[in-house]
Amino acid sequence: METLIYLGITLLKIVAVIIPLLAAVAYFTLAERKIIGFMQIRIGPHRVNFDIIPGLRHLRGFGQPIADSIKLMFKEIIIPTNANRFLFVFAPVLSLAPALAAWAVIPFAEGWVVADINAGLLYILAMTSVGVYGIIIAGWASNSKYAFLGAMRSAAQIVSYEIAMGFALVGVLMAAGSLNLSDIVLAQQGSVLHWYWLPLFPLFAIYYISSVAETNRAPFDVAEGESEIVAGFHVEYSGMLFAVFFLAEYANIILVSALAVLMFCGGWLSPFEGTFLQPLFAWVPNIFWFLAKVSVFMFSFLWLRATFPRYRYDQIMRLGWKVFIPITIVWIVVVGIAVLAKLPPWFV
Amino acid sequence: MIKILFYFFALILIFAATRVVTVRNPVHAALFLILAFFSSAAVWLLLHAEFLAIALILVYVGAVMVLFLFVIMMLDVNLVRLREGFTRYLPVGILVSALILLQMVLVLRYWNTTEVIATTMVEIPNTTLLGMALYTTYLYPFEIAAAILLVAMIAAITLTMRARRSNKYQKPEQQVNVRRADRVRLVKMLPESRD
Repeated sequence: METLIYLGITLLKIVAVIIPLLAAVAYFTLAERKIIGFMQIRIGPHRVNFDIIPGLRHLRGFGQPIADSIKLMFKEIIIPTNANRFLFVFAPVLSLAPALAAWAVIPFAEGWVVADINAGLLYILAMTSVGVYGIIIAGWASNSKYAFLGAMRSAAQIVSYEIAMGFALVGVLMAAGSLNLSDIVLAQQGSVLHWYWLPLFPLFAIYYISSVAETNRAPFDVAEGESEIVAGFHVEYSGMLFAVFFLAEYANIILVSALAVLMFCGGWLSPFEGTFLQPLFAWVPNIFWFLAKVSVFMFSFLWLRATFPRYRYDQIMRLGWKVFIPITIVWIVVVGIAVLAKLPPWFV
Repeated sequence: MIKILFYFFALILIFAATRVVTVRNPVHAALFLILAFFSSAAVWLLLHAEFLAIALILVYVGAVMVLFLFVIMMLDVNLVRLREGFTRYLPVGILVSALILLQMVLVLRYWNTTEVIATTMVEIPNTTLLGMALYTTYLYPFEIAAAILLVAMIAAITLTMRARRSNKYQKPEQQVNVRRADRVRLVKMLPESRD
């Protein structure tokens, strides 16, 4: 009986994380189109509205994600000739499952976490590294050259940047002395200057850029590269299978943004902590700060996409292996010395 | 409950491991190997060895098998010829696996550490314990193993890298240092007439 209650509560927690996450993903796609539209002096989607609800009448295009998902659900799924049927259908699931599973250890506020495990950071690294299989298998199972090229590019890129990203997170765990994500956030208490973005600034920059590369986003989106290989690994996918790839990509963006916030920007801690403004903002719930910071990072992903042209493939590889990995290794040594010397105010 | 979970994952593990050697397509074999890694990681989690379990997924599933798949997918494997070898090498395979089984039985019979694991597990997390052991008691073996791996990696690279004179390379340092003035020149000229 106790086991059943425990399972039920855990299931409710999972639903409470997944449903808002999927809603956020849906509206993140709209935000992307709107924001990039404004940056390029266009309006973006503005046809699908909620005219029946009076308050939402002026929010043009706010029904677009719903219309899009209904459209994708009713489109035919075309499986190419000689494609590996099972793997072709299974690949999108393989890319979405780790993107959702990683959310199990993300603390939204103090104690607001599905599974508060000790090896949380390792679990996150393991889950994000598994996500690449969806892409590789999709590229191979499609029986198409373009899809295969996209999958190969993506696999090499993700494996390379995972090392830089992993090393950047090693610096964080050395600074916090824990693999538990809640402990890492609590170790940053104090003020904005106590957060790890300052003492670990090179690692923060590398983590951020690697996370863009890990999620295959512009300017590192050679895996899709529509001007060279049409759409890369998902060129043969249609309908709901394509939508699942899309969901996984955006869920991953939100995930890496949340991780950047937890590791380097104090998670749910208030940015006014330790200043005279702290009592003024004491009523704001912690989760608000977390979500606000995550939104800033998510916005920056869109900003990058609207700003930069695509990297050349060999430049991506050079940046990952010859620039980022040496810098992270050097800075890990620096952090090690700082931790041993108990450098105030961060490592006391 | 834990027993049911153990048998569940153990059955999947055995099934996946069997399929790795019996399945026709090498890509499918690699994918079954990944499934086997996942199930053994789950079994390790049941033993509270969370660091080993996650490291197995992180290192083997997340990195090694990706490169494996990378290579296997690029190979143009002749499936018919692969099948021919199966029966021919079967006796050798059975002999080797029998030997491994014998070794494991001999070792595991005299090695009973389950009680130690069960008692220490409760207070200190497995990751901390492993870190303590690796960086204090076993510091030298650990560092020596790392150095050997590094040497092996460098050796493998030098063995396979045969730079030929005819190969054309890009020089990134030159590309990075390019200025606009090196590539384009802005000239002022009068508009030319049509005729």
